[in-house]
Amino acid sequence: MEILAILSALRRNKIGALLIAVQVALTLAIVSNCLSVVEQRLQRMGRPSGIDEANIFTLGNQWVGQPTDLKARIDEDLAALRALPGVVDASLTNSVPLRGGGWSNVVMLTAEQKQPTAHTAIYFADAQTLNTWGMRLVAGRWFGTDEIHPIEVNDTSVPAVVIVTEALARALFPDGSALGKDIYIAPTAPSRIIGIVARAQTPFAASSWGESFVENSLFAPDEFINNGITYVVRTQPGRLHAVMHAAESKLFAIEPQRVIDRLQPFAETRAHEYRSYRALSLILGTVCALLLTVTAFGIVGLTTYWVTQRRRQIGVRRALGARRVDILRYFQTENLLISGAGAALGVGLGLALNLWLATSLQITRMSLAYLIAGAGIVLVLSQAAVLLPALRAAAIPPAIAIRSA
Amino acid sequence: MIKYYLALALRSMQRNIVLTVLMIAAIGVGIGASMTVFTVLRTMSGDPIPQKSSELFVPQIDNWLPAHLNESPNLVGGLLDQLSYRDAMALMRARQAKRQTAMYGVSFTATPTIAGAKPFIVRGLAAYADFFPMFDVPFRSGSAWTAADDAGRTNVVVISGKLADRLFPGGRAVGRTIDLDRRGYRIVGVLKPWDPQPHFYDVPGGAFSEAEDVFLPFSTAIDRQMPIYGDNNCDDLPAPGWYGHLNSECVWLQFWVELPTAAAVQRFRQFLYNYAADQRSIGRFRWAPRVNLQNLHQWLIGEKVVPDEMRVSTLVAFGFLLVCLVNSIGLMLAKFSSRAGELGVRRALGASKADIFIQCLIETAVIGAFGGIAGLALTVAGLGMERMILTESAARLAHLNVAMICTTFGLAVFATVCSGLYPTWRASRVQPAWQLKAQ
Repeated sequence: MEILAILSALRRNKIGALLIAVQVALTLAIVSNCLSVVEQRLQRMGRPSGIDEANIFTLGNQWVGQPTDLKARIDEDLAALRALPGVVDASLTNSVPLRGGGWSNVVMLTAEQKQPTAHTAIYFADAQTLNTWGMRLVAGRWFGTDEIHPIEVNDTSVPAVVIVTEALARALFPDGSALGKDIYIAPTAPSRIIGIVARAQTPFAASSWGESFVENSLFAPDEFINNGITYVVRTQPGRLHAVMHAAESKLFAIEPQRVIDRLQPFAETRAHEYRSYRALSLILGTVCALLLTVTAFGIVGLTTYWVTQRRRQIGVRRALGARRVDILRYFQTENLLISGAGAALGVGLGLALNLWLATSLQITRMSLAYLIAGAGIVLVLSQAAVLLPALRAAAIPPAIAIRSA
Repeated sequence: MIKYYLALALRSMQRNIVLTVLMIAAIGVGIGASMTVFTVLRTMSGDPIPQKSSELFVPQIDNWLPAHLNESPNLVGGLLDQLSYRDAMALMRARQAKRQTAMYGVSFTATPTIAGAKPFIVRGLAAYADFFPMFDVPFRSGSAWTAADDAGRTNVVVISGKLADRLFPGGRAVGRTIDLDRRGYRIVGVLKPWDPQPHFYDVPGGAFSEAEDVFLPFSTAIDRQMPIYGDNNCDDLPAPGWYGHLNSECVWLQFWVELPTAAAVQRFRQFLYNYAADQRSIGRFRWAPRVNLQNLHQWLIGEKVVPDEMRVSTLVAFGFLLVCLVNSIGLMLAKFSSRAGELGVRRALGASKADIFIQCLIETAVIGAFGGIAGLALTVAGLGMERMILTESAARLAHLNVAMICTTFGLAVFATVCSGLYPTWRASRVQPAWQLKAQ
């Protein structure tokens, strides 16, 4: 009964109603897609790296000139770092989880295979690496000191033994039988899997390129002899910053002719590498908040205008016996009809936008839950926005009807 | 008349202050949000060298087994985005373009001669002498090295003005020696500030990295076996050692050619194809020639230098602006129809429909102008926030220039006037008699 009356009134105010509906539809389409993108980025940022993040720092080292005794220098540095008070362990590494820059390779199950079975990142590891990163060994064993071989930049030897993450083990041997198997990272010689660690994200895990093999990491028992290396140090809880300073001074005391750069706690590395995700989330979050605010104010503005326009009619209705709550309900219902139509349009628009985003940009499809949640948000918001003008309408006294305009 | 309309517009804005403020705020916020994001996107997708970009090309040669191509993360148009040493040297020897250079990134420790100053790391680029005239690199003093230096592998460098000022504060740098990795290099040129964005000539080395501080002859870097500071992709295990790497099919070199005419482009394309066909006939490639030649513009698109994050943000921000405009259509409709009485009186007193239309349109433009000012202020604030949250390389791009300020303001007025067209048209159709009667 009431709805029919509202509809017939709306026919005389098509443009205003249409504008609100379009606004609601666009808002819903944009907000639901933003929420979906933000949630996806937050989920990626929240993935654990598998290392003892809170107590690890890394530093880059480069000696001045081209020293020829690099191995001796590296061994001396590492011994000094391990001896520092507060240090749990220290190792040499070629790359750092999430930080970008590193080795990636294909893995095959036979030497003749044309298409690779999996992609992996390669970390060079020594006997202490398991303890230094603070990873968890779930099967087999870690490398012994006698298994570590020094290698240089253009070295092409293939490690006889390797350790892989559970993710890589599953990708290669889905039946769970990876331990003790031979794999090929080069067709020249096999490498035997002697251990499996629970988790270690690749250096590429924060980039879109690395998204397809986030936890596929392989450890090779190689000591990377090079000028331009990275040390990783794990400290006792709470002593990270003190040890960082001590480590820097100690290394300069051993040999002042060097440059130390990117001396940073792992937490900083993580924050730095996810900066673009965080920026995207903040920008989209801000725009969504502004969008909802503008839409709400738009509804307040237009409804206020309608109320002013219909002062006389409202007065007449009140004089003919309509209660205040009836007037209030009239405007709330009217808004629900308009916003509901807008939301229905918005669901379609949101799906179309998402489809377009998914095909033209690397954005995964959103689940319908976001559209439903988004529709809920805009409907509640628009009901809240109409409340103030509707209350003012309800306050119009019946006597207006008999006053001349 | 315009002055009178402007005065009327200001008076009418004051009369309905809430609606006016709502409208200006909606336009300002919409413009502010979209321009904040768009400023960065525009720099990212901009032309780094507009006077020359149509003459700069990147050759691509398919030297990998086609099945291995899919394993490389760095494909442009289905081909590798870098060249192997063998192919790059073949192109350098052939000299089929007006200018050409192979290049790769290197890294040094620089030791200042100033007492007590610590050594530090500098990034360098190994290239041929053609690099400088080809990319219009501006010199502060000195000049590029010569082709003779390229051939003779001499120890010469061109350095950035920033590095010159750091190493030789207040003094002349050209002719002096710089200590890089404990070797002396003679400085032949110092550059003016030069930092093209995007960092187009070496996208794999960082699409928005700062320009390098040291440039040295490619042949010198190869001769000294300077390690690659950049991307190196191999499809097979190379033979051991530096020369094993040089002779391998690993791709790690950027290559650019300057081709000033369409005919030159056509000739070079044919040359590339013939080269690949030759390599097939000598048995090096076992597949049909696949080569490509892309200009700078195509190259930047192919390399996807603009991150998806920026595109999504910009899209959302402009969607937001659209909502703000729909919003202001509604508010203007409300505003003008609440003034139907006044407009009716003006019509009855002889104003034509066109007069009313122009009057209302001017009022809209004034609102747009205020919205533009608010939008500009919000853009400045937004860019400040953006510099804090973006990555350093992207944050360097978050700056307004005069063109962007004009764009912002112009967009605000234009968008507002567009959204005001319908409400204005409605207002100009007010029936004078109707309004007078209702009064």
